[in-house]
Amino acid sequence: MSQQEILAGLAEIVNEIAGIPVGEVELDKSFIDDLDLDSLTMVEVATSAEDKFGVRIPDENLKDLKFVRDAVDFIEKAGVAA
Amino acid sequence: MSGIAAGPAILGVGAYRPATRLTNADLEATLDTSDEWITRRTGISERRVAGPDDTLVAMGIDAGGKALAAAGVLPSEVDLVIAVSCTAQAPIPGIGPRIASGLGIPAAGSFDLNAGCAGFCYGVAAAADFVRSGSARRVLVVASERLTDWVDKSDRGMAILFGDAAGAALVGVPDGAADAASDGVPASIGPVAWGSDGGAYNAIEIRERETGEKFMEMEGSAVFRWATTQLVPVALTACERAGVLPSELSAIVLHQANLRITESIARSLGAPQAILARDIVDAGNTSAASVPLALSRLIEEGQVGSGDAILLFAFGAGLTYAGQVIRLP
Repeated sequence: MSQQEILAGLAEIVNEIAGIPVGEVELDKSFIDDLDLDSLTMVEVATSAEDKFGVRIPDENLKDLKFVRDAVDFIEKAGVAA
Repeated sequence: MSGIAAGPAILGVGAYRPATRLTNADLEATLDTSDEWITRRTGISERRVAGPDDTLVAMGIDAGGKALAAAGVLPSEVDLVIAVSCTAQAPIPGIGPRIASGLGIPAAGSFDLNAGCAGFCYGVAAAADFVRSGSARRVLVVASERLTDWVDKSDRGMAILFGDAAGAALVGVPDGAADAASDGVPASIGPVAWGSDGGAYNAIEIRERETGEKFMEMEGSAVFRWATTQLVPVALTACERAGVLPSELSAIVLHQANLRITESIARSLGAPQAILARDIVDAGNTSAASVPLALSRLIEEGQVGSGDAILLFAFGAGLTYAGQVIRLP
């Protein structure tokens, strides 16, 4: 799956859970500071992303996913590993 | 259910809420937090805080007495008191015998049960089975909790969540249950679905600080993830064991841990028609007391009534979880 496809899928999830327009979910945006998500919303996004992309995003890794780019990279690598 | 002998049901519910309110505005004055921040993350607007006279025993007696009155049962007709709590200051003596004595229940069997926030549902399951087996005729399950004794008031992640309260239920076979069963859905307590995960014991635990003080701490994200993903199948199992489809539930009373958790679980259960208890908004998280507290409010407000199928489901420290579908008389 390409980085662009992962970004699109992630944007859909963030839109569904937090109501943020898909177009605002860009690689250089911070989940917390720019998109205004909180830690519990991040857990919801992570569990949805796990289902959608067939990867595992443990809590200890989730803490490090500050920017949308971090999450896209993590899912890309985890997807390859799986 | 036809052909099955009349079984135990919850005959009456009672609740005790301490008088002192702790609002989000109060917390804004002492913590780096805001009403908006707390409401968005937890759904909580205020909690009740036990005063010096609101001991676990005193709160339990009050709630237990109300449950007896609601059931129309005399203290002398109760033969077992199960006290549920995970916030007692000392393990010896248990609080159950004092609650029984305080209610004027003579020489009842009594013991304490600690299954974290899931304790009330474990207690109801045990009570129902004691009645089914013939060991007891009427069992009072009393959950009494003082979470604020164990919360660091300067910990803004924890202090915003917890409150104090007691809730109780009287379990027994309804009078005339055999007749009622023939012309309607009989009152019942369905088989419990439960479990535990001791491997994750430290997700919610009381830890000793370097100062010697002991406070409850919680891995919030891990608990949130666990509760919103792992527990849904268990709650569905409770429905299945009771022979009730989620679409047939009248109400869902989940442990009032965090409104975000309860709303997420409720969505996943697929029961959009069911009333979802939201007692947490002005009670906070009261651990094992939260389910009877929320249930008593639904009954008081007339939101649930005779024959309605209600899912009770609770989860917490241990980790433990348990739930059952009940029908009120």
